[in-house]
Amino acid sequence: MRALKWVVVAAAAIAMAGLAGCGEREQVVVYKQGKYQGKPDQLPWNNAPLAYGSAKWTQGNEKSWEDELKTRTQNQNEYVRIDH
Amino acid sequence: MARMKFLCDAERCIACNGCTTACKNENDVPWGVNRRRVVTINDGVIGAEKSISVACMHCSDAPCMAVCPVDCFYHTEDGVVLHDKDLCIGCGYCFYACPFGAPQFPQTGAFGLRGKMDKCTFCAGGPEPDRSEAEFKKYGRNRLAEGKLPLCAEMCSTKALLAGDGDVIADIYRDRVVRRGKGSEVWGWATAYGPPKGGQKPAPQGAKS
Repeated sequence: MRALKWVVVAAAAIAMAGLAGCGEREQVVVYKQGKYQGKPDQLPWNNAPLAYGSAKWTQGNEKSWEDELKTRTQNQNEYVRIDH
Repeated sequence: MARMKFLCDAERCIACNGCTTACKNENDVPWGVNRRRVVTINDGVIGAEKSISVACMHCSDAPCMAVCPVDCFYHTEDGVVLHDKDLCIGCGYCFYACPFGAPQFPQTGAFGLRGKMDKCTFCAGGPEPDRSEAEFKKYGRNRLAEGKLPLCAEMCSTKALLAGDGDVIADIYRDRVVRRGKGSEVWGWATAYGPPKGGQKPAPQGAKS
């Protein structure tokens, strides 16, 4: 009787261990953005416009720099450059 | 806030490799390193041949940044993915993680020693004083700090390659698709449908545009 009890306990333990294999884990890698360890970079709009360049913006003003680049981006649009 | 992106129009690219050459010249890229290259599929098949110019796409959720063991990558305020070469150990993890094969490694010496990673900077230099010689030597020209856009796109003869704020170039591309009546296999919410207008539902959360 005692041996049978041990067999039942062992069978139950094996069954539980087997069930553990049925567990579902998240297989998709969750990317975590690393914390940048390097040197700080400067902001492009904090530079003065080149003296001989065509691009003009107010030094330190992000909006004026972005506006300048947006205007320049439209140079890639021939429907704006050439009247269609 | 601007979010800088590239967009290549496969209907227009003629595989002239002008972008590749301009990039190498403008940034003084070393031998064996191509920050930008042109990929052609169905080469020689009439009507099915398509070319596209590929470089770092400056991902909003960049895998290179996620896998870097020394955390040498950063996003600039205008969405450009850059890295610090002083910190890079040249392990190559970023190369395996990048779906575009953007990270490049200069190989030198008898045993092909792998140098520090080099990639497209969107002509935005790196973490050195802007427009300095040190910045040019390590990362190439900083055209954004000069109020200019990447040269590869600005000199593209067919204007297949567009560079600039994602919303602006998406508008240019969408206008093109509407006018020519084909190439509507566009991807991305803003590219396909335009920016949300008043009273319209915004793009679903997590969607790329």
